[in-house]
Amino acid sequence: MRVRIRGARLVDPRRRQEELADLLIADGRIVGRGPAPDFHADHTIEAEGLVVCPGLIDTFARLREPGFEYRATLASELKAAVRGGITRVVTPPDTDPPLDEAGLVEMLRFRSEALGLAHVHPVGALTLGLKGERLSEMALLAEVGCVALGQADVPIADSLSLFRAFQYAATFDLPVWLTASDPWLAAAGCAHDGEVAARLGLPGIPACAETIALARLLELARATGVRLHVQHLSSAASLPLLAQAKASGLPVSASVSALHLACSEHDIGHFDTHTHVIPPLRSQADRAALAQAVAEGLIDVIDSNHTPVDDDAKAVPFAESEPGATGLELLLPLTLAWGRERGLDLAAALAPITDHPARLLGQENAGHLGEGAVADLCLFDPEARWQVTPESLASLGKNTPLLGQTVQGRVVATLVAGRPVFSR
Amino acid sequence: MNLLPEAETLYARLRERLAPDIDRFDALVGIHSGGVWLAERLQRELAPAKALGSIDISFYRDDLAQRGLGRSRVRASHIPFPVQDARILLVDDVLYTGRTVRAAINELFDYGRPARVELAVLVDRGERELPICARYVAHTLPQPLPADERLELARNEAGLFTLRTLRDEPPTTR
Amino acid sequence: MSHPQLDEHGRLQHLLSLDGLPREVLLQILDMAEPFLEVTEREVKKVPLLRGKSVFNLFFENSTRTRTTFEIAAKRLSADVINLNVSTSSTTKGESLLDTIDNLCAMNADMFVVRHASSGAPFLIARHLRERGLEHIHVVNAGDGRYAHPTQGLLDMYTIRHYKKDFSRLTVAIVGDVLHSRVARSEIAALTTLGVGELRVIGPKTLLPVGLEQFGARVFHDLRQGLRDVDVVMMLRLQNERMKGALLPSKEEYHQRFGLTPEKLALAKPDAIVMHPGPLNRGIEIDSAVADGPRSVILPQVTFGIAVRMAVMSLLAGQGAQA
Repeated sequence: MRVRIRGARLVDPRRRQEELADLLIADGRIVGRGPAPDFHADHTIEAEGLVVCPGLIDTFARLREPGFEYRATLASELKAAVRGGITRVVTPPDTDPPLDEAGLVEMLRFRSEALGLAHVHPVGALTLGLKGERLSEMALLAEVGCVALGQADVPIADSLSLFRAFQYAATFDLPVWLTASDPWLAAAGCAHDGEVAARLGLPGIPACAETIALARLLELARATGVRLHVQHLSSAASLPLLAQAKASGLPVSASVSALHLACSEHDIGHFDTHTHVIPPLRSQADRAALAQAVAEGLIDVIDSNHTPVDDDAKAVPFAESEPGATGLELLLPLTLAWGRERGLDLAAALAPITDHPARLLGQENAGHLGEGAVADLCLFDPEARWQVTPESLASLGKNTPLLGQTVQGRVVATLVAGRPVFSR
Repeated sequence: MNLLPEAETLYARLRERLAPDIDRFDALVGIHSGGVWLAERLQRELAPAKALGSIDISFYRDDLAQRGLGRSRVRASHIPFPVQDARILLVDDVLYTGRTVRAAINELFDYGRPARVELAVLVDRGERELPICARYVAHTLPQPLPADERLELARNEAGLFTLRTLRDEPPTTR
Repeated sequence: MSHPQLDEHGRLQHLLSLDGLPREVLLQILDMAEPFLEVTEREVKKVPLLRGKSVFNLFFENSTRTRTTFEIAAKRLSADVINLNVSTSSTTKGESLLDTIDNLCAMNADMFVVRHASSGAPFLIARHLRERGLEHIHVVNAGDGRYAHPTQGLLDMYTIRHYKKDFSRLTVAIVGDVLHSRVARSEIAALTTLGVGELRVIGPKTLLPVGLEQFGARVFHDLRQGLRDVDVVMMLRLQNERMKGALLPSKEEYHQRFGLTPEKLALAKPDAIVMHPGPLNRGIEIDSAVADGPRSVILPQVTFGIAVRMAVMSLLAGQGAQA
């Protein structure tokens, strides 16, 4: 199968390059670009006025299977992913049961491949049941396709257990993906311990719940040599710690959720439970510092932190509501908004959701438009504006503080290995 | 077209009609706000020794859900004498539907059981919606006023009365 | 964003919080409370203003005292009062909060008086009523989590105005567990709205929220310093459970540092008044000699509270059907 995408703005984040040309695809791979009159396509996609970029890679999206099918299913969420231009999804291990056995991972991969939508890369559980006590069979989990070992947002309280888990993962050079959160400082809270929580009387989570945990993760990474990825940082105070660790040569990377680049504690308004997320939305200053850190490359990746929650779990008082926000279909527009705010060109704006996560996953053939790359592509209209409504979202999770707002940038088609999996 | 007589003339007439009967009462009670001014002046000029009270019927209205308490300030009722077995003259500026007087009587009864309640008004504009009748009336309008027209007493700085009509308000409980 | 307690014309639809309540509405309620105070002094302490209306006291958190004051206020307005004690645990296990609300709406409720352990719960109910097109049903927040206790805040303002008149000349100190206190948050919101001269907050760091300065408060950790020359002392109740969870070492030490004694009160202005939302922990946050002393206005607060709640309910009921 040979495909020509005609007349598109080709944006390659890896080479920081933008070009108006045709993109040529054969057998699921990019084979070239340009007018190439002698390339005979079986199928031509007219893409004038559209941007073509590598398919987006989301490094943190809860797909809710197994165990939480009443919230969302693999089918619904992978459909949402491709509607959002995402062709690769890293899914955390906090399913029910957690992904701590090779069989569960194999089943998840088998079922998601069968859907033929986006690729799914599971993160295996670092400890059995995510309990932070006994080690999982990490090497086996990696063998069946886990890209990393992690705990989702579940902290390991016991430093000795964490130390040993890092040592064991480092034995096989397996990356460890964790969220920095001190279990005691964060336990009772539901919002950033700042101005808004103080006024609304919401139990707070101080920024030091993140920095203390981050310092501990970094020191254990230093001691064990494990490759560490810290998921969705939320506070400005974490950035110097991260910068220092990177400067000292630690193999560490970090992500921020797109929502944390768009919203702050002030969006809580009058107890909008859609703003109840983990980690909490912090201050305007934190938001600005995170946005700056991604632009500088200190934070490597923007993730969706996609967490579908059913309406009933949000239709309760704020502190009792289930944390999380839907994100797959908002990753592109929120990242583009961040890029515009920072004055970045499209190639730079898209790097944290294409090139950088591809490198993080060690997927050399993804995240760019060079010859030989897998033809996982996202075609979007960068000018199109659309309103976020429950109906406009394919995800079963309609929970987002952006409901009712208008965003810019709309996916028109998504290709996986040269095959259209979504088109509007 | 109704030509209204001067309020001061009407007041003099009301006082004249009341004067021979004033000792039939133990107390005068005015209804806010015109009735209070009338009652104050009647008491001062006819019977300074008698008790004087005032009533704000806002809490006894039958149309709260339709009209709310309104923007005007609700005042405390002030009944500084025992109502039980008292002979009371209720005073208001304008008698219309009778609902205000109904509310005022209800309120009086919450203070005790009076021996007798009678009513004095400056103007009776007719069109009663309740079986209520004033014993002392200075003036009865020969023709009804339009329903959206409100008639009320005003008092100037010198303490002199004038009558005025106001439009563009829904019918009041008068 | 318009405040969900106001309707599209800016009138009070629900009373959810004093934080975001316009100054003129706040003053309107205080003004309206005065004639109701007169009603509470009559022989027949009852007016027919809310006759035929059904007021549901919906207490997801037990509080006999607050429930009783709302019940008295509603009954003095001739409303029918239905008391429901819905313990939080039973609702989380079975029926959800909004299911409970839907059920009561179907019983033709006119007003909900809501007490809930979670901050923001009355906002959820108000939003739900709006989504259901049931805007004629009013919600009165009788205390939610740590956020708001607006009728308590209003009665406190009524009390201060009664004794002290002009807010702009006053120095007011709030003493104690501000962190967990919805009363304190409502007091701070109201005092700020009314333009209090100086607002002080006094307590140990474990019981004060971060960033109190944003509310325009001066923070003190020494009761003696903080009480110097104040006109009004507003004490907060110290819950017993604060001794757990490493917030305070003991009642004794709290009393020694932050308890109001006659000797500490002597540092305030000679005519300073002392307030407390009740119930009192005698010998912990306040000494009996102060609570029962000449500066205490704790019992008048209770009396004013009935009038203020009558004013709030009348104001809301009176704005229901106005188009």
